[in-house]
Amino acid sequence: MIRSLPKSKTYSIGFKLYIVLYFVFLFAPLFITCVLAFNDSQFPSLPWKGFTVEWFTANQSERVGIFNDQINLDSIWVSAQVAFFVTLFSVVAGTCGAFLFEQEDFRLKQLLYFLMLSPLVIPGVILGISILLFSNTLGTYFEISWNLDVALFRPGFWLVVLGQFSFIATLVTLVVSARLKKFDYTLEEAALNLGANRFGVIWHITLKFLRPAIVGAGAVAFLMSFENFNTTLFLVGYEATLPINLYLQVRDGSTPVINAISFLLIIGTSTAACLHLYFSKKED
Amino acid sequence: MQIDLSVRNITKKFKDFIAVKSVSFDVKDGQFFSILGPSGCGKTTLLRMIAGLTEPTEGVIEIRGKSMVGIPPNKRPVNLIFQQLALFPMMNVGENIAFGLFRRGEKKTIIKKKVETILERVELSGFENKKIDQLSGGQKQRVAIARCLVLEPAVLLLDEPLGALDLKLREQMKVELKKLQAKVGTTFVYITHDQSEALVMSDFVAVMNNGEFEQIDTPQNLYNNPKTPFVAQFVGDNNTWTGRIRQCDKYIAEIETDEGHLFRTKVEDAFQTGLSVDLFLRPEAMLIQPAPNIANLNRFKVIIKSILFDGANSQLLATRPDSKKELLVALPQNRQYDYIQVNDNIEIGWNEQSGICFPRKQLP
Amino acid sequence: MKHQKRWALFFFLTPVILWLFLLIVLPHIDLLIMSFRIENDAGEMVWSLSNYAQFFEEPIYWRTFVRTAVYSILVTFLTFVIALPVALYITKVVAPRFQGFLTLLLLLPFWVSELVRVYGWMILLRESGVINHFLIKLGILNRPVEMLYNDATMILGLIYTSMLFMIVPLIAVLESLDNSLIEAAYDLGANMWTILFKIIIPHATPGIVSGSIVVFMLTLGNYLTPNLMGGKNSLWFTEQIYNQFIASFNWNQGSAFGFLLLVLSSIVVWLGLKLTRQTLRTVVK
Repeated sequence: MIRSLPKSKTYSIGFKLYIVLYFVFLFAPLFITCVLAFNDSQFPSLPWKGFTVEWFTANQSERVGIFNDQINLDSIWVSAQVAFFVTLFSVVAGTCGAFLFEQEDFRLKQLLYFLMLSPLVIPGVILGISILLFSNTLGTYFEISWNLDVALFRPGFWLVVLGQFSFIATLVTLVVSARLKKFDYTLEEAALNLGANRFGVIWHITLKFLRPAIVGAGAVAFLMSFENFNTTLFLVGYEATLPINLYLQVRDGSTPVINAISFLLIIGTSTAACLHLYFSKKED
Repeated sequence: MQIDLSVRNITKKFKDFIAVKSVSFDVKDGQFFSILGPSGCGKTTLLRMIAGLTEPTEGVIEIRGKSMVGIPPNKRPVNLIFQQLALFPMMNVGENIAFGLFRRGEKKTIIKKKVETILERVELSGFENKKIDQLSGGQKQRVAIARCLVLEPAVLLLDEPLGALDLKLREQMKVELKKLQAKVGTTFVYITHDQSEALVMSDFVAVMNNGEFEQIDTPQNLYNNPKTPFVAQFVGDNNTWTGRIRQCDKYIAEIETDEGHLFRTKVEDAFQTGLSVDLFLRPEAMLIQPAPNIANLNRFKVIIKSILFDGANSQLLATRPDSKKELLVALPQNRQYDYIQVNDNIEIGWNEQSGICFPRKQLP
Repeated sequence: MKHQKRWALFFFLTPVILWLFLLIVLPHIDLLIMSFRIENDAGEMVWSLSNYAQFFEEPIYWRTFVRTAVYSILVTFLTFVIALPVALYITKVVAPRFQGFLTLLLLLPFWVSELVRVYGWMILLRESGVINHFLIKLGILNRPVEMLYNDATMILGLIYTSMLFMIVPLIAVLESLDNSLIEAAYDLGANMWTILFKIIIPHATPGIVSGSIVVFMLTLGNYLTPNLMGGKNSLWFTEQIYNQFIASFNWNQGSAFGFLLLVLSSIVVWLGLKLTRQTLRTVVK
């Protein structure tokens, strides 16, 4: 039953088998995606026709490797830029949120807290369409009232950033709040006692303490933004982000270039995940 | 009398570590049997093997004459009170107690009756619907006991259940537990590292060290006639000396301690002259200012260094004028010795029958 | 000091208020308003309930809605059933030194984009896929079978996608379960199933609820997996919303659908919390 208790052979073997099957289930799609990125075939399927890295490096008419595939490279660049801004905004707003909900007191705090949590239970698609609607409404209003055509209100880069930010900021707030809860307030009091003002205390003492949480939340925010699909789908303009771009390719038939991109993504995110875990372990 | 629990040559090995080494003992019906030992001596492992929560590497456990080999804990007629009690927080008191009865498939009405009866026994009548976190430490204790007793086990195993309580409550629960055991008549096997718990409550105590039993005896015998140096040291306070046998006739030996003092003490065996020995002496064996006519005393002068007042356990800290070795002397609080002050010079005497002497183990 | 205090509050409050009102509150109010507006024959926008009427009159809409809800509940339940033994194994069975490694391994796939994971399943399952290739090689099949584009594979994909959000809270909550409770139950005569239902599951309820809420919500709002792995007949409600917005360009109808989905997800989350007497605050933790 549990590790300290004696257990029957059948039971342990059955349990182990289940776990092995589970891990196979977990890794089979990723594994096969990676393997087929190196198959010397026009299609991402078996049989195995030999090892090749052409889907990364080639630049021929029938085979364009990812490193020469301008459309995909562009979308990666767009995603990276979006993720950068989303991370920046979320970390600022999330840290402010953490301070606001942990250290400040004001009327309607509970209501605001509930609002802050709400993006967790609003499906991403809904967030996407409502922000799309609202920006359109604003855009129409600005145009009618002042005859202003504001690019921000049309689907495009900044709307994607705002859409992703709207729920990623919640996540950052929660992570930073969790760390702030562990903060020893006597440190703040001591600093105040030694003559620092409140912003001085926050800058020199509290933010230093929060740094691991902020960095960790920032890393997660970047990754979430980089991979977001549901919200982005409705807000994207001409500059497709990587997930949108991949989606369009997968929907309309696929080539091993997608495997090559997936391989890079898998390697990249796994490394990032391991680093993140390693550093968060170290902080503890 | 029927033997409820019989343990034969039980051994438990974990990888390269032997937790329990070939332990054997019997517990008779209705006895309060304690296993006393320091933490890490293997007593919890031994108890878990009896409960069936750990499988022995070798040996046989019989309960009421039935071998328990291969019988899982949920089918054994023994129950265990866990160190942290392990009351189920998701159930109320009544449900906790009824848990085992339901597993046996007993009728609801009977279960209700049994729960009531047992709660009455442990003096918690009407507590059925209380939540576990509403109970005090002592009440939780009694619920845990009731939860096991209601199943009428052949043997009730207790894993240091008083360890988590504070001192005052522990003293109280000791007495209560002994009374309860006498009342219900169930065989108890109790493990603890607290010698006072073991001595106060038990009919028999086994002293365990490094996975082995050093001695199984009544509390009085353990205290007065320890069979090994470990038992002498572990049970009760001691003054200890190391020394050599000067001469030995039959059961009285003359020992010269490392400090150069001579003592006469009883020995179990005729020891050879020159043998290294350890000598143990209880603080209360030392008499303060003994009357001159008492025979067979080792008499010497000491200087009082400090008076350690602790109510009934008060002691004097003293040294002999020619030595730095500190001795503990019991100071009875019967007002007779109120005159003693620090730096006083007084005579101390101890009867040669009070000394406990063992050949010194050669350190490997 | 008092003065500074007010400035600090203002400083922290401003970005949060801007964020929550401009990106959450106002857009959703707009969504609600839009859902009650239609364009009349004269081309003017007027108040109307017809977007909602349309939903109930057109069977394809409300059937998709019900289907999405029922399947989301099914996916949540199956995810729980599959995840529980894994969480138990990691917290209670495996030797502690493998615990960290297994947990890491467990989380790793979920850092990878959902699109890549779905794509992996597609190249495994489709007619020219890897599983078909092996089944034919082994002589189990004569000709390839299309395993993709049906309800079963869609459910598989949804379970796979949401597994992490069930397993993490389960591991957290089982970690806090004292082993001696399990041992005590065993000692008192319980068997494995009793222990599971009387001790483990009652203890794990907070984790199960928070996991289930997140899984349900993500499944309900998922677009990618049903779209890529589901068949032409396994429409998901988010696809209806997408169609209204992007294909038909009927934003008012789409808003009504969006609002209905939001209401459904809120009701289920609220019910889940009420039934287990928890608050959103505790679930978040």
